[in-house]
Amino acid sequence: MTGRERFRPADHSNDHFLLTTVVGSYPKPTWLNRARDLRDDDDSSDFDADAWDEAVRDASRAITHEHEHTGLDVVCDGEMRREEMVEFFAERIEGYEFNGPVKVWGHNYFDKPSVVSEVAYDEPWLLDEYEFSTDVAQRPVKVPITGPYTLASWSFDEEYGSEETLAYELADLVNEELSRLVAAGARYIQIDEPALATTPDDHAIVGECLERIVADLPDDVRVGLHVCYGDYSRIYPEINDYPIDEFDVELANGDYEQIDVFADGDFEPDLALGVVDVHTTDVESVEQIEANICEGLTVVPPERLTISPDCGVKLLPRNVAREKIENMVRAARNVEAALDAGEIDLDCRTV
Amino acid sequence: MEQFATTVGLFPLPDGQRERLAELKGHQKSDLIDGDEKPAVREAYSATQGHYIDRQREAGLNRIVEGQGRWDDLLAHPLCVHDNVRTGGIVRYYDNNNFYREPIVTGELTPNGDVPAELAAASERCDDLHAVLPGPYSLAGLASDEHYGSFAALLDGVAGFLAGEVAAFPDAVETLTLLEPGFTTDPPDAATHDRISKAIDTIAAASDAEVIVHTYWGMAGEDLYRHLLDTGADGLGYDLVAAPDAAGDLVAEYGAPPRVLLGVVDGQNTLIEGRETIRERVRRFEERAATDVKAAYLTPNTGLFHLPVSKFEAKLDALAAAAGGAQ
Repeated sequence: MTGRERFRPADHSNDHFLLTTVVGSYPKPTWLNRARDLRDDDDSSDFDADAWDEAVRDASRAITHEHEHTGLDVVCDGEMRREEMVEFFAERIEGYEFNGPVKVWGHNYFDKPSVVSEVAYDEPWLLDEYEFSTDVAQRPVKVPITGPYTLASWSFDEEYGSEETLAYELADLVNEELSRLVAAGARYIQIDEPALATTPDDHAIVGECLERIVADLPDDVRVGLHVCYGDYSRIYPEINDYPIDEFDVELANGDYEQIDVFADGDFEPDLALGVVDVHTTDVESVEQIEANICEGLTVVPPERLTISPDCGVKLLPRNVAREKIENMVRAARNVEAALDAGEIDLDCRTV
Repeated sequence: MEQFATTVGLFPLPDGQRERLAELKGHQKSDLIDGDEKPAVREAYSATQGHYIDRQREAGLNRIVEGQGRWDDLLAHPLCVHDNVRTGGIVRYYDNNNFYREPIVTGELTPNGDVPAELAAASERCDDLHAVLPGPYSLAGLASDEHYGSFAALLDGVAGFLAGEVAAFPDAVETLTLLEPGFTTDPPDAATHDRISKAIDTIAAASDAEVIVHTYWGMAGEDLYRHLLDTGADGLGYDLVAAPDAAGDLVAEYGAPPRVLLGVVDGQNTLIEGRETIRERVRRFEERAATDVKAAYLTPNTGLFHLPVSKFEAKLDALAAAAGGAQ
């Protein structure tokens, strides 16, 4: 079984199967943030690296199980080891250095790194995260990983003089990391490329990066691409040519104004559709999410529709994040049952 | 050609003040500057301005900018603190991973004295100030309008507003640079060129200081460039980092004004240019110019808030070293 059916739980109650999953990040437990403060406090000599590792493992276990309790079909650990989507990887890639925070907006900053020499693979990036969460999970685990185009775009380039060249070099490193993850058993990978939304004219560069990323990967590895908050008419239908199994996109935030971009009948990959907004603490009702899921059925049939939040949910309060995901899973199961019963047709029209 | 080192402002907040201001103000959209700050916030920004001036002096810059630490909304700041403007959602700042509150113009843009007050405070510490403002086309382009009814009318309104602000600048302001990235990110159509020229004339007429119009992330098109050569501005700026060839082609074909601003260090990359790199960029420009250039301000091509503090300071030092060596 190489398709998405292998992610169907053995006890799945409906004939139809709308694969439910997350994009990646999840709110960190408050105590983990306190543990980080202790780790970073030079005066706290009794909180050492071992204590930090234990705290991270505890958080990873707790969030993986929290995902499973919501009923998700494919889970992850909410990226408990990661603080920021570029920083985490830049810290592990040879050739990067950090010079301090830079402004994103208002008083919100991130440690934008500089590439100061040729980038090279040094140590595994996500192997610990994947192996630990797989070990504690009963459900299959997805691995979200920041894509090379975003790693290049959101860094200062002192070495290559060409963002395109840097992106391709980084794509080769992502490929190396994936080969290790796949050897460890990973079969569901999600490449996160939010920078593509900033500069959609670079869609061909992202396409070439993806070709390098998937080179020599076994056919049974499911590869998704996540993009968010962009003008999708500028990258579709070009994404049909990408070597991906699934395209994951946020559209709940924009009330599905752009769904028609993809609904031309020629959409090639599976669609992973965001059905809850991660930028509002209002928890969408099950009925509202069912209607959102139906938007996806205008693009792909149920067997090609994956259900997820718009984006990582880490900025939400933890209880809100959990309630949104619980409602999302309930809504997906309700739509499956309605499809089974013939109460709605494949365009989500009530029969 | 005389050479002077300066910058085009928009500095990153210094270490220490960055954390203090975040604590005092918060991280949300509603916490940003509205022109009515509480005393502790004002004190923190005053200290920031003092630090900027001291650091520019230490580097040896020839013209000192106020630094615009308060400009949470980057070039949109002068509108975002205006009484007849409300701020909307967070929107992307050009093609960068930066965001600002969209200013929505709801009434007449009367001068409000916000920028003159910043410069007046700075003028107590130095008499060789370089004021930096958004140009009228770019500022109008960053806003949305519910009052003027057309972009042309909004542009006229913004020009009148900026002219009113400029007229209230202290005598210590010797140079005023108008930043016009919009000329390259959203090039105006030919029908708008005359109106842009008039808008710049309006501001230049209100200024006792020399006025320079600087374009970056590329260069203005040929027709707009010819218009800019004929305005009341005293000089033009050229981005010799992002568009050295386009800048060279324009000055070879149409010449350059006697005073220029040359963006010779990259405001968006941590790589620090050496003195020879900077001099080579200046030399190539001078060689290609069809007319004599009397004086050049050496600056970063963009504002410097894109950089971490240590690299921002290194850029100041690099500019001063290049200009100092040339004098």
